[in-house]
Amino acid sequence: MNWDAFATTFKLATITSLILLLIALPLSYWVAFSKWRFKFLVEAVVALPLVLPPTVLGFYVLLALGPQSPIGRVYERLAGRGLPFTFEGLVVGSVLYSLPFAVQPMAAAFGSVERKYIEASWMLGVSNVGTFFRVIIPQSWAGVITGIVLAFAHTVGEFGVVLMVGGDIPGVTRTLSIDIYDEVQALNYSSAAATSAILLIVSFAILSIVYGLNRKGWLFVADRGHRQAV
Amino acid sequence: MSLTADIVKQFDGGPRVEASIEISGAAPITILFGPSGAGKTTVLRCIAGLEKITSGRITFDGEDWTKTPPQHRPVGYLFQDYALFPHLRVRDNIGYAVKQAPGTVERVAEMLQVRDLLDRWPSELSGGQQQRVALARTLARKPRLLLLDEPLSALDASTREHVRSELAHLLRTVGIPAIVVTHDWVDALTLGDQMLLMSGGRVLQTGSPQGIFTRPQHREVAEAVGVETVVAGRIHEREAGIAVLQVGTGRLAAADPGGEDPEFYVCIRGDDVTLEKGRAEQSSARNHLRGTVLEIAPAGVLIKVVVDVGFQLVALVTRQAVADLELTKGASVVAVFKASAVHLIPKARI
Repeated sequence: MNWDAFATTFKLATITSLILLLIALPLSYWVAFSKWRFKFLVEAVVALPLVLPPTVLGFYVLLALGPQSPIGRVYERLAGRGLPFTFEGLVVGSVLYSLPFAVQPMAAAFGSVERKYIEASWMLGVSNVGTFFRVIIPQSWAGVITGIVLAFAHTVGEFGVVLMVGGDIPGVTRTLSIDIYDEVQALNYSSAAATSAILLIVSFAILSIVYGLNRKGWLFVADRGHRQAV
Repeated sequence: MSLTADIVKQFDGGPRVEASIEISGAAPITILFGPSGAGKTTVLRCIAGLEKITSGRITFDGEDWTKTPPQHRPVGYLFQDYALFPHLRVRDNIGYAVKQAPGTVERVAEMLQVRDLLDRWPSELSGGQQQRVALARTLARKPRLLLLDEPLSALDASTREHVRSELAHLLRTVGIPAIVVTHDWVDALTLGDQMLLMSGGRVLQTGSPQGIFTRPQHREVAEAVGVETVVAGRIHEREAGIAVLQVGTGRLAAADPGGEDPEFYVCIRGDDVTLEKGRAEQSSARNHLRGTVLEIAPAGVLIKVVVDVGFQLVALVTRQAVADLELTKGASVVAVFKASAVHLIPKARI
């Protein structure tokens, strides 16, 4: 059992989830409510990591963060070092890689809030932003939590992007999935088995929480009203 | 208070709604009446700012509202099924609006008699209670205009009557002008001071509800209402569950509606009225009114006969009946209808 990899993985997943919360809330709102004609293009871009091989995504992220790209150069000037093969670079890759897992449940939840509640809020003088926090979010808790938890779980399990962008630096960018790969390569099956078992249990626990939330809704006051009203 | 709305709304590849509305005066209640699909709710949503108008202009007390977002129009909107926020208790629903003076929740809750419900969830309320809470929530914003979209249609028939008279009373008490959308002619007569009749996305007729129902200028009106006679009457005497009403110079019997108020609209469907020559004592109907035929006109497969029996009574009869009775203008005839065919609607007074 590699505790460094364990710590790296959960630090990465936590930071990625928090950043995704900030990005996915407004993005999901836009996806759910924008009437822009070409919205489908943005939706397709957001969903790309679902179908793209992680190595392909990792490759482009590596190029985009590298010293040859404007983004990479600006970051290097500000931070004093480059993004590739650092923990920060890994965070950037993970955020992109897990974006659809956060955005899709949130956008679906926002979109299923009945229009009349949003309009009722407007007719009581509350702005769009106020309505988002006072009506849409409270009626979408299950979707928001699902999005964040799935993003966390997906980041814990990522492999290809991490390898491409982060390399395999122990204590910095070596995550659990890479550790398992390394151990298997070294024919160290018992260590790989222990780590795999932990990942299996953690993933199962997380998914159980997600499905439990969406099925029962026992955590949320709003669902109580919904259930009785239906 | 004055509202002028010239509304043209063209839905993409869909229907077109055109309406001109003018409301002025202290607190008149305007009815937007018409069958479903007439464009009534669209007009209401345009005034609220929930729909952008394709062209036209909306002004309220000299302010141009045409481009004002809904949040900045001092309008109270009552949604058809009230749209109480399911995640908030009654107290927080009423207190939801921005810029409330302290104590507002208690004050409007008191006015609408929902103080005891403040700690409940919306899902724990009856339809009538939900409506009162929704009105309280709306009034807490201090609106200068109320827009009510089918305020009674979400209620079942038994609570409807009761809530309707409560609503009529309340709208007159708060003194805020209101526009009420309905397709129910009883709502229109009970609540309305003036009425706009809409059909097919256009305003067909404007006037008092009673005037429009009695003298429809369009066939759609008569069809939409289905009641050919609407006249004002006053209860003359009551006995054994039967009320005798003075209507014009005539009198008729109806089931006693109870209550204190003697003023009613008397509504009779044309096909509940039969016409006879001479006397028809054996009939179980309570009303035998002799009169003279004023008008005979075709109405679909039937013939519409207007008889002056002290007021103008409309009968819908078959062509055969007209021939058998040898009906002509000026002929004397007896109009017969049961007391139970007379529908009395209390006149809401200002």
